[in-house]
Amino acid sequence: MTALIEIKDLHARAEGKEILHGINLTIQPGEVHAIMGPNGSGKSTLSQVLAGRDSFEVTKGQVLYQGKDLLDMSPEQRACEGLFLAFQYPVEIPGVNNTYFLKAALNAIRKHRGEDELDAMDFLKIVREKVKLVELDEDLMNRPVNEGFSGGEKKRNEIFQMAVLALKIVSSGVNSLRNDERSILVITHYQRLLDYIVPDHVHVLFDGKIVRSGDKELAMKLEEEGYGWLETKAS
Amino acid sequence: MSTKDSIERFRTEFLEARSERQSDEPGWLTLVRTQALERFLDKGFPTPRDEEWRFTNVAPIVSGSFEAAPAGSDSDAAALKKRFQIGEQESHDLVFVNGRWSRDLSSVGDLPEGVAVTSLTDALSEHGDELQPILSQGSGDDTAFFDLNEAFLSDGAFVSVPKGVVVERPIHLIFLSLAPGKPTVVHPRNVVIGEAGSQVRILETYAGVGDAVYWTNAVTQVLAADNAVVDHYKLQRESASAFHVASLEYVQGRSASVSNHSLSLGARLARHDIRAELAGEGADVTLNGLYVVKGKQHVDHHTVIDHQVAHCTSRELYKGVLDDASSGVFNGRVIVRQDAQKTDSQQSNKNLLLSNEALVNTNPQLEINADDVKCAHGATIGQLDAEALFYLRSRGIAQQEAQRILTEGFMADVSDRIRLAAVRETLRGLLFREAA
Ligand SMILES: Nc1ncnc2c1ncn2[C@@H]1O[C@H](COP(=O)(O)OP(=O)(O)OP(=O)(O)O)[C@@H](O)[C@H]1O
Ligand SMILES: [Mg+2]
Repeated sequence: MTALIEIKDLHARAEGKEILHGINLTIQPGEVHAIMGPNGSGKSTLSQVLAGRDSFEVTKGQVLYQGKDLLDMSPEQRACEGLFLAFQYPVEIPGVNNTYFLKAALNAIRKHRGEDELDAMDFLKIVREKVKLVELDEDLMNRPVNEGFSGGEKKRNEIFQMAVLALKIVSSGVNSLRNDERSILVITHYQRLLDYIVPDHVHVLFDGKIVRSGDKELAMKLEEEGYGWLETKAS
Repeated sequence: MSTKDSIERFRTEFLEARSERQSDEPGWLTLVRTQALERFLDKGFPTPRDEEWRFTNVAPIVSGSFEAAPAGSDSDAAALKKRFQIGEQESHDLVFVNGRWSRDLSSVGDLPEGVAVTSLTDALSEHGDELQPILSQGSGDDTAFFDLNEAFLSDGAFVSVPKGVVVERPIHLIFLSLAPGKPTVVHPRNVVIGEAGSQVRILETYAGVGDAVYWTNAVTQVLAADNAVVDHYKLQRESASAFHVASLEYVQGRSASVSNHSLSLGARLARHDIRAELAGEGADVTLNGLYVVKGKQHVDHHTVIDHQVAHCTSRELYKGVLDDASSGVFNGRVIVRQDAQKTDSQQSNKNLLLSNEALVNTNPQLEINADDVKCAHGATIGQLDAEALFYLRSRGIAQQEAQRILTEGFMADVSDRIRLAAVRETLRGLLFREAA
């Protein structure tokens, strides 16, 4: 079976400084993984590298996505192939309506998959359903993307986008953003996300490396005890 | 051809044109023309040494040997009109082909009692008394191009709305250029009179085909009397090789409300001189604009808002999107005269450069001579936000489409304020096509 994603000895740097010091991680189809880590450990960097931000330079290693070289794809290609990056601090985009943006994104992805574009009615149906699922205030859909959103609203909007763009949700309970058909890698700064997705595997990123892997118990331990106990072990 | 020769040439042409002109032209107009020609010959064309023309070089116009445009065929123009009209039955259309009013293509339709929407030359006989003072205002302060228009003015629109009358549907003035293969020039002159308490909405469209070389030298004068409301749009969509030079003047009475949106999209070189005189207390003016240029296009807006009396409001927002090796100029002067206490004025110019070669010169100017006023102005020049671009792409939107969406978003605060839906749609349509 081809792994969905295989990260092999990934090193990356920005402005001459190495931030990721050799990440190894394999995700099989259908699995849900979460990467967590303290501030400055490299979560954003890893997310951005995986999503294709060109301000980071990969100096060593490889990432295979369904057997293909992920690092060779454009950001939009990666998104269309199913990769979704939830931003920690999503950018505000004045003048661009949230609904308009999301519809453009969904239709781009659908087109890539060889599906028909959605008309306004069908799109609205999806929005209504997912808005309820992640408890997003529907009024936010009529505002410019993230502009003036509170911190919490921004996060929720990210999760909402993920629900619309990246997941074919089977059932609708709050606890089920889980997808039976494809894998999910959640690189998260928000514990809250774990309310929506229960991971099979949890990894802890520390100073640009994965220092520990476990199951959801690890996530709960991190939530209760923080990262301090890892620090002593790592050093 | 030397500059001197190219100016003298106009004297000869003027004499030729005079002998060909209808003999029933009123004597006062002949005098106005002659005086305008003298002013023009005196001034000559501006050069980059002139402060107001530092960044806009009109040498290609000066040396272009533009001849008076011949009449164009209505059948050729009909197809062109179809492309630029805003929907049948939706507007009162007055169409001009190569500067001449086209009876066949115009469809003015039913108008409220007393409203005139006609060609300027036709109006000279019936509305001569109203026109004379307006067409006789030319002075040494005008640009050489204004003077040239006055000397050679061929035809244009005359719109007059009597006291208290509201014209519901927009009046669409369509100027089509069918260049005959050699460089030609037209000098359209439009006069709009909104009497006290009247309301009117006007759209001016200037358009030509493909990359025909021609020069439009237009002047539009708008009088908004006490409490009149004028909602005015201009869509400049000349051919990619055309030159468009235009003056637009507003004179506003007490509590008159004027709003102008200038959308400059076409032409190789476009220069817009826009002047609003707030002459009656409580008057307000909005001057908004969008310029979207690429290739080697050059676009220049020079605006003057003259607060002459107290309690007037002005709002100005100009946004520019410049791609490739295009260039732009925004020069916005706001004058607050000594008597203009309680003036409330905001002015802003924002530019988006889509390429490293694109260039813009922006110069907002405030000249305040009163002490109790509220004035703000500012200008920015920037590029597409790399983070926003990445955000869109990371959601699956292709780079070009993402750029288009962000560009549209940049313009939104101007385009959203366009009350004429057809103009908003036209703008959107254009951007879509340009991105494709
Ligand atoms: N563009 C950059 N140039 C230089 N250093 C950078 C750059 N981006 C990140 N870093 C550094 O790399 C390290 C990891 O940063 P990163 O943002 O990936 O951490 P994080 O795990 O997301 O932290 P947080 O939980 O605080 O968001 C930090 O020390 C940070 O200062
Ligand atoms: Mg981070």
